[in-house]
Amino acid sequence: MERNVVMIALFAALIAVLGLIPKITLAFGVPITAQSMGVMLCGTVLGARRGALACLLFLLLVAIGLPLLSGGRGGLGLFVSPSAGFLIGWPVAAFVTGWIVEHWRGAPLTLVAGLASVLGGIVVLYGFGIAGMALVLEKSLLEAAALVTAFVPGDILKAAIAGMLTAALAKARPGSLLSRAA
Amino acid sequence: MISLTSPVRTRAHDWPAGAKLAGLCLATLGLFFSADPLVHLAALVAVLALYAAPGAQFLRTGLRSLWMLWPFVLVVAVFHLIDGSAGQGAVIVMRLVTAVALANLVTMTTRLSDMIAVVRWLTTPLRRLGLKTRALEIAMALVIRMTPVLLDKGAALTESWRARSPRRPNWRIVLPFTLLALDDADHISDALRARGGLVSPED
Repeated sequence: MERNVVMIALFAALIAVLGLIPKITLAFGVPITAQSMGVMLCGTVLGARRGALACLLFLLLVAIGLPLLSGGRGGLGLFVSPSAGFLIGWPVAAFVTGWIVEHWRGAPLTLVAGLASVLGGIVVLYGFGIAGMALVLEKSLLEAAALVTAFVPGDILKAAIAGMLTAALAKARPGSLLSRAA
Repeated sequence: MISLTSPVRTRAHDWPAGAKLAGLCLATLGLFFSADPLVHLAALVAVLALYAAPGAQFLRTGLRSLWMLWPFVLVVAVFHLIDGSAGQGAVIVMRLVTAVALANLVTMTTRLSDMIAVVRWLTTPLRRLGLKTRALEIAMALVIRMTPVLLDKGAALTESWRARSPRRPNWRIVLPFTLLALDDADHISDALRARGGLVSPED
């Protein structure tokens, strides 16, 4: 119990710290940061339920006014902004990523964690993000999708790094890889 | 840790946080259901007046956090000018700016402790059902404490990288960084357990 709570809090803090690595802002203001890699790692390392809880905890702290999002952003305004869909998609993305790592045991962990990060952290997350953007800006899903495609290559790179990191963590601290603990 | 609450004291700081949040929900819903440009213009002017009321410093801080919206405003403006539906575009832009500005206003005028009290109140039904929300409260405190600790560890790692390599630190630093963090997590959970764990006697 204690360990689970601490690990969830730790990964929420990790998402915050990854957001402080210098960012590159591409077109349309959704900045490229390592923060979404934190979401992927929540899933691959903590597993589905705990990973989603870590993201929820992080979002709760952002909502109550802590400047934990990349660029020192935070507060309630983000949840009605055009990028709100991405934030709301985080817990789901971590859940899907974690679920895949928990259930697909047949392949090398680097590959499983990397592909799980692509499916959860890119496919699912962009689904939410694009829907949110379409809703707020009153554009069609395709038009909203066109605004964010520029970020896909960066996210694929992050998914690859998340996969390699997960495999390396599994070697160095097998007991801490909660997604494969059971 | 610094929160986004404004250091400029306003009268709204003393209003109950729950009421501000409920009002924000209603106002945001209203904005999303109205398509009348006059309503949106009035709302935008009203919100800007609220920002200006506590003084220049408050207004500056408020406008700075709204600045992140400019790419979206630009995209919508260009799209609707080409499309020939400028009126609709104006409604979308005004609604976006007003909704974000209102929400930021609540964040700026509500202390972190008041927000945490609202979170505690919102989780009351869970406690009635017999769930322990103490874990959530400890987890929130842990994140707030661990973020600066992790930042320091990251900075120390970056320094030792610089001391040994002519190249700039890159993503490889994330592995030792995560390992340090995982070991910390083990120590913290041991310490929590040694102090009686998350289940207090009165539970």
